[in-house]
Amino acid sequence: MSTADWPLFEVFIRSRHGLSHKHVGSVHAVDATSALENARELYTRRNEGTSIWVVPSNAISASAPEQKDALFSSPVEKIYRHPSFYKLPAEVDKM
Amino acid sequence: MTQLLTSINNDHDALNTYILRMADNGLILGQRLCEWCANAPVLEEETALMNTSLDLFGQARNWLNYAVDRDQRLQDCDAIAMLRDERSYLNLLICEQDNGHFADTMARHYLFDVWHRLTLEELCHSHDETIAAIAAKSVLEVRYHEQRSRNWVLRLGDGTQLSHERMQTAINNIWPYVAEMFDQDQLEMELMAQGIAADQTIIAKQWHDLVAQTLIEATLKTPPESYNQMGGKQGLHTESLGIMLAEMQSLYRAHPGATW
Amino acid sequence: MYAQMVDTGVKSLKHRSEMSADEQAFMARIDNESKIEPQDWMPDAYRKTLVRQISQHAHSEIIGMQPEGNWLTRAPTIKRKLQLAAKIQDECGHGQYLYSAAETLGVGRDQLLDQLHTGKAKYSSIFNYPTLNWADMGAVGWLVDGAAIVNQVVLQRTSYGPYSRAMIRICKEESFHQRQGYEILLTMMQKGTPAQKDMVQDAINRFWWPSLMMFGPNDDASTNSAQSLAWKIKRKSNDELRQMFIDQTVPQLEVLGCTAPDPDLQWNPETGHYDFGEIDWSEFFNVIKGNGPCNKQRLEKKVKAHENGTWVRDAAQAYATKQQAGAATKKEAS
Repeated sequence: MSTADWPLFEVFIRSRHGLSHKHVGSVHAVDATSALENARELYTRRNEGTSIWVVPSNAISASAPEQKDALFSSPVEKIYRHPSFYKLPAEVDKM
Repeated sequence: MTQLLTSINNDHDALNTYILRMADNGLILGQRLCEWCANAPVLEEETALMNTSLDLFGQARNWLNYAVDRDQRLQDCDAIAMLRDERSYLNLLICEQDNGHFADTMARHYLFDVWHRLTLEELCHSHDETIAAIAAKSVLEVRYHEQRSRNWVLRLGDGTQLSHERMQTAINNIWPYVAEMFDQDQLEMELMAQGIAADQTIIAKQWHDLVAQTLIEATLKTPPESYNQMGGKQGLHTESLGIMLAEMQSLYRAHPGATW
Repeated sequence: MYAQMVDTGVKSLKHRSEMSADEQAFMARIDNESKIEPQDWMPDAYRKTLVRQISQHAHSEIIGMQPEGNWLTRAPTIKRKLQLAAKIQDECGHGQYLYSAAETLGVGRDQLLDQLHTGKAKYSSIFNYPTLNWADMGAVGWLVDGAAIVNQVVLQRTSYGPYSRAMIRICKEESFHQRQGYEILLTMMQKGTPAQKDMVQDAINRFWWPSLMMFGPNDDASTNSAQSLAWKIKRKSNDELRQMFIDQTVPQLEVLGCTAPDPDLQWNPETGHYDFGEIDWSEFFNVIKGNGPCNKQRLEKKVKAHENGTWVRDAAQAYATKQQAGAATKKEAS
């Protein structure tokens, strides 16, 4: 007799056509087929989805929080990547 | 003021009898699934069983409302559900069988789901427009029920030694209630001739092929032909129905004329 | 509130100067209302408190299915049966969302369930009261879900990201629960027979005080509460939430045409709040200790369902393993 729970899958749902899949939570399931079924039962009870992805939770690689500055602080300085950096005369500012 | 009904008998016309047979299948199997509430083997199944139950009650309500539209004496869908005794219920015997353990429930479910889906697909082409519309709506849900119960027959059949034995026993025990699904009485033959009811001879063939395939895949044996239990559609039930109805109807019957 | 008296493991609140650099940085993020995410550094006690609170919340949702399940098979109409089934199913779903959130803290659902099954983990005291008539379905929806919502709306701003997101989802889905319950009672009071009206008052009499107890002990009795507030795991104190609940509930009670079983309940124009009588704390602590009317049955039923399901869960796992092995062999052969 096993006591271990079924493996964990992360669930991503496309709520409407044209939108990307968004992480909504996780489900327990023995395989991908049942993970899709369980995700359907749990996360789309109110018409929330048009498509579901499930991914084994242990297949996800994440960036480390302590690398946050190294990874993400540099773009903060690069304000010239944003349209608001470029000041134009009012007549053409809709550009 | 309408006279308070205390019970509803079976003097329906042929079409309403057929409609009530469909309604009662959903009502009775839906009620059985309710009994699983807080007893399921895993939380994911708790959600799934309840979803299926909700689907079946929703479908039953559509059928019942149609029956009421056709015969005002029936009052409303709750009166029909709550004021009929077991002899007036017209569901298939397979739907009322006890939940047993999870393999019993899933075996019952799968064998019924395949029949239910095939029958609804036929009924989508019924000459009766309302029947066709209710069937078209229901079949989408039932396809999913079938997919899910089929997966459980596979998992339990080809899972562990213990689950294999339990699923095989469950299939053997429910098998005597299979033939009734395809048994057409005079009433159904006549409705079929009018293009209203589903043709169960075609469905029986498809059903046996599909189920045989699933059982092989699940490493299970198709039970040998034996004596078949019939009568549900004519109001002759097994003993478990009466107890179940007593529970389901107790509150409604204790307060005649009450609004809930 | 589904989490009561969550132990923080903290005897007294630390002053900032006593904290390590990590802790100070952590508290700075909390102060800035920045959410803590699973991989971020967090004090051990914060992690443990969260696991306790979130799992207690999850257990409550799951055990909470039982008192309502008690009437599901007897619901008086098909419409009421559909509504109740949908509500119970939501609760089961909310339990699952919350277990998911707890699992991001590095603890498995099987461990959490094991703690529930062995009596180590608690669930809300409210679910240890029996449901004795159909109006209880209304009272549970209106009062019990109502009390839970007061707390949960605030918890959407809790400092731990996954918990906050679960709460947002839960609040969105639960908004129909309380209305559903109230409508059950309103229908019985406005269109019901005398017997039905008696049922409603009886249900309110039995669920009034236990609902107020859901918010937990008074603030002055709780270090845990103070620590949880500092960490922004909790966002309002027990007494504040209880008062909010009473203030919003009494007018609804009047619309029903029912009374509360509290002779001291009255509007206080000076404070702008309702005054109310003293809660019977001995009853509360008794239920928390396991001596409520249904503690034993609720837990036994849960354990039995779990044990009866073991062979099913094992079979599903065995089947999946075989399938994966089969797929691997086929790949090798080709």
